[in-house]
Amino acid sequence: MMLTTTHLLALMPILLVCATALVVMLGIAWQRHHTAVAVVTVAGLSLALLSLIAVWGLAPLATPMLAIDGLSLFAATLILMAALACTALGHAYLAHHQGPREEFYLLLLCATAGGMVLAASTHLATLFLGLELLSMPLYGMLAYTYRERRSLEAGIKYLVLSAAATATLLFGMALLYAETGRLDFAGLTASLAGSPGVWSLAGAGLMLAGLGFKLSVVPFHLWTPDVYEGGPGPAATFLATASKVAVFVVLLRLMLAAPVFGEGWLHGVLAVMAVLTMLVGNLLALTQANLKRLLGYSSIAHFGYLLTALVIGEGLAVEASGIYLVVYLCTTLAAFGVVTLVSSPYHGEDAAVLHHYRGLFWRRPYLTAVLTVALLSLAGIPFTAGFIGKFYIIALGVEAGRWWLVGGVIAGSAIGLFYYLRVMVTLYLTEAGMQRRDAPANWGMSAGGIVVLGMAVLIVVLGIYPAPMIDWVQALGMTATG
Amino acid sequence: MTLLWLILIPFIGGLLCWQGERFGEQAPRWIALGTMLMVLAITLGLWFYGDYHLPSLDPQGEAVRWTMEWQVAWIPRFGISIHLALDGLSLVLIALTGFLGILAVLCSWHEIVHRVGFFHLNLLWILGGVVGVFLAIDLFLFFFFWEMMLVPMYFLIALWGHSGSKGRTRIRAATKFFIYTQASGLLMLVSILGLVFANLAHTGEYSFDYATLMQTPLSDGLAMWLMLGFFIAFAVKLPVVPLHGWLPDAHAQAPTAGSVDLAGILLKTAAYGMLRFALPLFPEASQAFAPVAMGLGLLGIYYGALLACGQQDLKRLIAYTSISHMGFVLIGIYAGTELALQGVVMLMVAHAFSAAGLFIVSGQLYERLHTRDMREMGGLWGRLGSLPGFSLFFVAASLGMPGTANFLGEMMILFGAFPLVPWVVVLASGGLLLAAIYSLLLMQRVHFGPPQGKEHFADLDRREYLMMLTLTGLVLLFGLYPQPLLDTTGAAMLEVQQLFEGVAPLSSLAKGNQ
Repeated sequence: MMLTTTHLLALMPILLVCATALVVMLGIAWQRHHTAVAVVTVAGLSLALLSLIAVWGLAPLATPMLAIDGLSLFAATLILMAALACTALGHAYLAHHQGPREEFYLLLLCATAGGMVLAASTHLATLFLGLELLSMPLYGMLAYTYRERRSLEAGIKYLVLSAAATATLLFGMALLYAETGRLDFAGLTASLAGSPGVWSLAGAGLMLAGLGFKLSVVPFHLWTPDVYEGGPGPAATFLATASKVAVFVVLLRLMLAAPVFGEGWLHGVLAVMAVLTMLVGNLLALTQANLKRLLGYSSIAHFGYLLTALVIGEGLAVEASGIYLVVYLCTTLAAFGVVTLVSSPYHGEDAAVLHHYRGLFWRRPYLTAVLTVALLSLAGIPFTAGFIGKFYIIALGVEAGRWWLVGGVIAGSAIGLFYYLRVMVTLYLTEAGMQRRDAPANWGMSAGGIVVLGMAVLIVVLGIYPAPMIDWVQALGMTATG
Repeated sequence: MTLLWLILIPFIGGLLCWQGERFGEQAPRWIALGTMLMVLAITLGLWFYGDYHLPSLDPQGEAVRWTMEWQVAWIPRFGISIHLALDGLSLVLIALTGFLGILAVLCSWHEIVHRVGFFHLNLLWILGGVVGVFLAIDLFLFFFFWEMMLVPMYFLIALWGHSGSKGRTRIRAATKFFIYTQASGLLMLVSILGLVFANLAHTGEYSFDYATLMQTPLSDGLAMWLMLGFFIAFAVKLPVVPLHGWLPDAHAQAPTAGSVDLAGILLKTAAYGMLRFALPLFPEASQAFAPVAMGLGLLGIYYGALLACGQQDLKRLIAYTSISHMGFVLIGIYAGTELALQGVVMLMVAHAFSAAGLFIVSGQLYERLHTRDMREMGGLWGRLGSLPGFSLFFVAASLGMPGTANFLGEMMILFGAFPLVPWVVVLASGGLLLAAIYSLLLMQRVHFGPPQGKEHFADLDRREYLMMLTLTGLVLLFGLYPQPLLDTTGAAMLEVQQLFEGVAPLSSLAKGNQ
């Protein structure tokens, strides 16, 4: 198959991000300038985001390795938005950082490109390539403030565990290849149709474990809280948003394509994992006194809810996962954004311990309002986008008649309320609270401030008027070449 | 459009209060007062100019008619629309909301001194959410408001509440309240979705609309499960006894305005939900469930009354009496005769007034004595100006003294239910006796008995007098001349009764109970 101009045009968003990465790299080699690098990054990412509109007309389009369809465009939009937000947050965060600041954006751009490749992959080779391109820069980003012990620890922890997960994934791929002799999703699907053998099941299971690690699905979740806590704010934000969205989308694509997951004991395992993830994530979050750890556990729980969509895999499933991912992205960006802004500019460990946030409302009313909206959205309260997401997940479960999963979502939400409320009320308490760190007074003017304010507005608007979001996700879902 | 404004005015007023704090502490109070006066005025206007005697069912027994209706598409993907409608029942409850909203603002005039603007934001948003609950007839919208009003209530209790003793902190109470109601609310969401998908399977179209979903044919088993989802959500809020755990704590820890709202209108949203949704949507299942519900009602009457007798904390005592009164409401709803249903409305209104009166009295006592522990009171008669007199009046109203609206409500429920379930009524009447006991205990321990001190306390000021006199007047007005209220809700209640009675022969139910 020949690559034509159309194909090149369709790959434009990925190419643009890669080109930006090159420009940034060369620019750093020539002259260091923090703001200029950030501006170039933002420009490149925005261009890529704009080019998505042009590509929209070409979809769906399949190359041997990548599919430019509704699903990958959807994922690319979310990943680019998350990357833009992280750039803005990073600029505020790194303003006073001792040591090189510019490489952060280079790593961010590489990871973004990796995420986009991963989400568009229809071949095990691109899947692996995308996943590694996404993960490798993340090690660097997590350990970016390496003079901080925790940051270094987070980076190394993620590196070691992620490498183990990658090995599992590769082994799974190898088993699948040994059984079928194919590496592309379509070929794999065709070969596995009928009754899959033991080796294919083992291979699929190992791949599931590898990807499940990245999504921090129970029982592969142990790294999440430590890495979230230790990593610098913007890196943790990227890990929680773009990275997870990309991995989830590729998993969704696999599930839609391969019937191995759709029936038999692997399907049962997946359902059990979904319920476990919801419950364990929420239960472990209960006793956390550190906001970043708490958000880490809460993100585990949210991916438990999302797994419901994968388990059911029919009816509203694609639409529900799309909506939930949008909601999750906005909410997580807002929540982590506030944590990052409160910890900006960087001087030492992030302000994540809960008592730093005591009475924040009386010092930073608007910033606290953003965090409150984000927490309410995570808890799934009406007037926020989180409610629409939860509505979709429950609707999906009820439609398919999976009462155990519905029960898990309800129990998880009830438990979840407890710790979201605890954080929320802390923000408003006035009792003599010691404050060690506070957001700079002009935070609202900074790029990061605009991002979190925008996200909060988006959460509320989508919560009150979700029709455009639903239309958009539906339109993209139509063109998915599953 | 008027209906939409009824909801929007409190929300906008709340935002103005929050920002109004810049202009001094008094500004939010006056803005909040003005907002609620506006809501009340609009509602009263609707009452005078609307016709609530409409035949709710036309001769073919179709097409529910509303006095006012307003609809606009919201989420077309699922056939969800912003569909508001007003009939006699919702009108009465919205008027009640407006009135109690004014009282809530007035009674926190001196009580709340910190973060006044934010307090009134929360207060008005609760009221806006409640008005939304009373107006929404799209099930999604109803659920939206139902869950939404919990958040400001949570803040109200958690931030401005009183901390009790022995680990009964206000944050704990607020969290308990939130989790109880939110988790049970999710069960209702599951039920709503179950109903919607049943309707989807039948008609091929998504719809959350009340009138459409009422036509959904359901198998008996499914109807029972879905009805239980609704029932549990409403039962938590009402509260029905095994699910009442949040109420005493929430009441005891809430500020006066919170208690007034909670007892006066939030509990009523549950009864309203049963009357508007649980019964009409699942008449057969509700009929079958009625004996259990009435049994729970009886349990509530006795449990609430007995525990009220043993309380030391004034507000906890009143909270338990609420549980007892709501037991009567539950029996009335599931008896389902017209007289009983009218009695339910009457008792809801009457209880809102008397409970609000008692909570305001306890708030005023607290402002003067700085305690709500009845062991530290006693012998207050004659040392507090006219406050004990008003206490006596509201206590008498609460125990159902003839002449008060509470008497009418309870009697109508008991008379209405008697032909169907005589034994339940006989047993429930025993609860009236306990009501007299706890009411007299309250008077005895607070206002009579050996005095704990000699000092005299400040008499009521003009604002407090105004609140007390208005409440007294309304209790007496509806107690002596209830006809306007009954006329207004008559059509709506008749419709519920017809739906409920039309499905199964009542004699079988009566036999089942004998």
